[in-house]
Amino acid sequence: MHGIAFDVAHLLAGCLVLVSFLMLYQDRLYSLLNTYALHATVLFLSVAWQAYIQNAPDLYVTAGIALVFKAIIIPVALHRMIVKLGIHREIETVVGTGPTMLAGMGLVGLSLVVMLHAAAGANLMAREDLAFALAVILLGLLIMVTRRNAVSQVVGFMSLENGLILAAAGAKGMPLVVEMSVAFSILIAFIVIGIFLFRIRERFDTVDLQALDRFRGERQ
Amino acid sequence: MELIRDLVVQGAQMLLVVLLAPLVTGVVRKLKSRLLRRQGPSVLQPYRDLLRLIRKDVVLADNASWLFRSAPYLIFSTTWVAAALVPTFATGLMFSWSADLIAIVALLGSARFFLALAGMDVGTSFGGIGSSREMMIAALAEPVMIMIVFVLALLAGSTQLSTIAAYMVSPAVGLRVTLGMAFVSLLMVGIAETGRIPVDNPATHLELTMVHEAMVLEYSGRHLAVLELAGSLKLLLYLSLIACLFLPWGLTLPDASAWMYGIGLAAYIAKILTGCGALALFETAIAKMRVFRIPTFLGAALMLGLLGTLLLFVSRGF
Repeated sequence: MHGIAFDVAHLLAGCLVLVSFLMLYQDRLYSLLNTYALHATVLFLSVAWQAYIQNAPDLYVTAGIALVFKAIIIPVALHRMIVKLGIHREIETVVGTGPTMLAGMGLVGLSLVVMLHAAAGANLMAREDLAFALAVILLGLLIMVTRRNAVSQVVGFMSLENGLILAAAGAKGMPLVVEMSVAFSILIAFIVIGIFLFRIRERFDTVDLQALDRFRGERQ
Repeated sequence: MELIRDLVVQGAQMLLVVLLAPLVTGVVRKLKSRLLRRQGPSVLQPYRDLLRLIRKDVVLADNASWLFRSAPYLIFSTTWVAAALVPTFATGLMFSWSADLIAIVALLGSARFFLALAGMDVGTSFGGIGSSREMMIAALAEPVMIMIVFVLALLAGSTQLSTIAAYMVSPAVGLRVTLGMAFVSLLMVGIAETGRIPVDNPATHLELTMVHEAMVLEYSGRHLAVLELAGSLKLLLYLSLIACLFLPWGLTLPDASAWMYGIGLAAYIAKILTGCGALALFETAIAKMRVFRIPTFLGAALMLGLLGTLLLFVSRGF
């Protein structure tokens, strides 16, 4: 099993986890978006490699969707949105970088332990792919939890979705219909979120989500 | 006959590192000056500096203790032993049974301990600042180093450098993301430990930024010469360590012919020169960090090491 196919798949999936950590580390909006584009590019490479070794041509479509939509269109659109919103570009994090990174390490460890036991019966490649995918999903959630800015929460959500695609690609592919609908629902979610961002901005003069908490009369 | 050859190789290696160390410093300085479009001193300048310092008298502070006088020799000898344990051009060394990564980390740690004590011995404020900063960097860098040792030991099944190097040349190693992470992590630790630019500036005497220079500020004459040589040796040690662990091609394996030793030596020199070039380029391109940013820098290195270990567990499946 320790052939070049396994090694490259492992390398790319590991890189995806690493780029998730890089996203967690960023404190500027633009660099966060660039890292997200890198994340999607690594996902493209990873899915394309899975398509190659599994001989599954429909996975190439998934990879193409990842490259075109997630690595190019969404980051560019978010760039424009930030310019239009005119928000300042430093991300206010809820806790410092150090504790966040430690929490991220804990989550990665947790997902590896869980997956290695839960999927003990599956073959080695699928199992490690699932473990990495769970790590990417949990890191995406962590990005959403630790950021206050709505735009960076959107980016966290998108990286979470990248983890789902990685899991689906590793588990012998998924039907093309499902993939297409997921891709379009992501796109629609993105558009809706974009509209909401502008509405929030109009209403509260900020995209800091704490303003919403205050509006609802919760604690400061 | 076997014993004599082993002794000769080990002795040649010990001499080689000491003779080469000032040259490495000189080459890095020269390359940095050329990159800044300055003429720069000759690459042999560190040798001349050492000779000049040895000929000069030692000026001691009134309240300097025996520790202050003996620390330079202790630091130099521990660093030299550590540098001699790293296989430079051949793996089958006389002392390779003791060339353990953990032993090397421990030797460097004790050298640093004596340096920090010597910095505080005379009681000037600069020495104290330097020592406390050095200890902060050490406390952050040591866990990273141990993490890297851990990764390599898990992979090669040994902490002995010659075994790890032999494993790295063999095709069994494959393509591993863990090794890439360990490599980047080792580069970051090496920069922090040898006091190169983003962490410490080796060419400054500005009180706000200096770390290593602050500790050796009170030294003069032959003591300073020995300390400078120890600093150069440490830089060469890290370059050789990186070359031996991650670029082991051309390393002479045990019981090879004399011709193979020549190839090994040439490959080693080429690797060290490449390392000097990369270091000079990196130092020119990057600015010095604030002291309070160093924990973030080394924290990232620790994170890489930790992540590498975790990923290793996945690929081995426990």
